[in-house]
Amino acid sequence: MSSPLCGMKKEDIVSAMAIETRGLVKVFGKTRAVDGIDLAVPAGTVYGVLGPNGAGKTTAVRMLATLLRPDGGDARVFGHDVLREPDEVRRRVSLTGQYASVDEDLTGLENLILLARLLGYDKRAARRRAEQLLAAFGLTEAAGRQVKNYSGGMRRRLDIAASILNTPKLLFLDEPTTGLDPRSRNQVWDIVRAVVSHGTTVLLTTQYLDEADRLASRIAVIDRGKVIAEGTPGDLKASVGAGAVHVRLRDPGQRTEAEWVLSRSLGGHVVLEADPVALTARVSVNGNGDSDRRTAEQAAAALNALAEAGITVDDFSLGQPSLDEVFLALTDRTVDEEKNA
Amino acid sequence: MSTATTAVEPAESTYTFSPETLQAVLAPDEAPRRASWLSASVTFGWRAMLKIKHVPEQLFDVTAFPIMMTLMFTYLFGGALAGSTTEYLQFLLPGIMVMSVIMITMYTGIAVNTDIVKGVFDRFRTLPIWRPSTMVGYLLGDAFRYTVACLVILGVGLALGFRPDGGVLGVAAGIGVLVAFSFAFSWVWTMFGLLLRTEKSVMGVSMMVLFPLTFLSNVFVDPSTMPGWLQAFVDVNPISHLVGAVRTLMAGGWDTTDMTWVLVSGVLFTVVFGTLTMRLYNRR
Ligand SMILES: Nc1ncnc2c1ncn2[C@@H]1O[C@H](COP(=O)(O)OP(=O)(O)OP(=O)(O)O)[C@@H](O)[C@H]1O
Ligand SMILES: [Mg+2]
Repeated sequence: MSSPLCGMKKEDIVSAMAIETRGLVKVFGKTRAVDGIDLAVPAGTVYGVLGPNGAGKTTAVRMLATLLRPDGGDARVFGHDVLREPDEVRRRVSLTGQYASVDEDLTGLENLILLARLLGYDKRAARRRAEQLLAAFGLTEAAGRQVKNYSGGMRRRLDIAASILNTPKLLFLDEPTTGLDPRSRNQVWDIVRAVVSHGTTVLLTTQYLDEADRLASRIAVIDRGKVIAEGTPGDLKASVGAGAVHVRLRDPGQRTEAEWVLSRSLGGHVVLEADPVALTARVSVNGNGDSDRRTAEQAAAALNALAEAGITVDDFSLGQPSLDEVFLALTDRTVDEEKNA
Repeated sequence: MSTATTAVEPAESTYTFSPETLQAVLAPDEAPRRASWLSASVTFGWRAMLKIKHVPEQLFDVTAFPIMMTLMFTYLFGGALAGSTTEYLQFLLPGIMVMSVIMITMYTGIAVNTDIVKGVFDRFRTLPIWRPSTMVGYLLGDAFRYTVACLVILGVGLALGFRPDGGVLGVAAGIGVLVAFSFAFSWVWTMFGLLLRTEKSVMGVSMMVLFPLTFLSNVFVDPSTMPGWLQAFVDVNPISHLVGAVRTLMAGGWDTTDMTWVLVSGVLFTVVFGTLTMRLYNRR
């Protein structure tokens, strides 16, 4: 246990990183659920872990929260090893699991009092703290109802309230908005922002690209247990392609020709959209220099080429690729690599 | 997409997010000291009691089953074995009490198992508390149920003509020993609850363990009428000694041999299965 002399101070010196992992591995039978993950999560930020079903997000989070023992590699939370100093880790983290981590048979109030008592609040303080949180999360009216009768959004809020009872230094949110309606999702986002502005680090897993884009300052994209890309949302977009041109034609009969022209002019892959007059082409610029300017030049050249070919263009725009495109491009690439291997 | 849309929503919640209120509750006065091992265990015991309050059906197992057992065996064997049911009841009731309570202990395993499947367990396991307290909490709640079962059986027994020589004190001592032993014995079930995947398999294993343990004992008849090989098992069966101890206490006596057996086996159950339970609990 930390002595008063080297408690908080030592920790601040040890690490400005909330989480550091090296070669983290977890194997279930034949499945390598987490297959050598390196993460560095700076303290005080929201870090997004993005991945499809079965990518290994929950498994990774559970190892970091001391719920699962890693089979290989190491992981430290604020400088404390999850295997050797689990209690030190537990004092600093809270987990809101993918499936509600509250007791469905108890009421909202009882759930929070229970946890507050376990965290060391005395009877009166526990009740006060529970009521405070219920009020802040708009659950005062539902306080006396069993959680099994709560709506999904209310349950999520109670779950998050339970996780910030003792205002942890690091909060794990495992797919906090999966299954929520847009309004409840927005509420969760606002809560996350408030928690982070208070100084808590948040590690958030999600399948939604816009969620990671909105909340996270850095994102790790994982697929089949491996990090396939890491960086700021901007970095990720840049690594896939600087942008994309979206074209709408007047005459659907000219689409095949337009596809050919765009593909020659931009040297890349052209996507035919569901709309019979729409096409999207990725603009890739290699090498260094002002990539934004070169992207714009290439787009202009492409528009020119279309005009020279006599194709009537109704709408032409240049945009950043969405994270969806980023994700598809990244996962496609790993599939291709595997096929070649 | 803005939070302003929340204002129009009626039923579920009129919750409108306000960063200010949240900021205010995010800055607690000061973090409390860690909960002691005792307070954590008692808090989990409180949780078990709350569950009984919200799901009172679970008390059905501890009332209906013992009543049935008492009536069934008193009238089934009473006439045949001892000539009269009242006479047999003096011998049988402590044994039936032990048997019923030991049978009920298996619900501990089921409770643990159903909790694991849900997420609450994960939250408990990430708390900086004395690790066995979660399990001790279950057992504290169960000790309450065992006591209820004992009192129910005692009530039925008294109504049927059970007149223990040990009086109030002897009966209370008997129940105390029984509940204490069951508390220790239940660690077997916390282990199985953590080890096995489904509630059904916990049930299955419980039956396999409990039937021989309770029936191959001195609950119903004096072991001297049994064949030698069976007697050998009955003599080392801790349940036999528990029945012996409780029977003697309720009759106003004291059996040192039986009490020693009960004490030693209780400690062994706690140490061995408590350790295994905690190992599984930490491993999951
Ligand atoms: N306890 C377990 N036993 C066996 N296999 C497991 C276990 N937990 C996870 N897996 C497997 O490990 C892989 C990663 O699972 P994990 O739950 O970490 O994915 P995830 O990214 O959280 O997915 P989702 O988005 O569906 O929650 C999956 O193939 C899953 O089947
Ligand atoms: Mg998951």
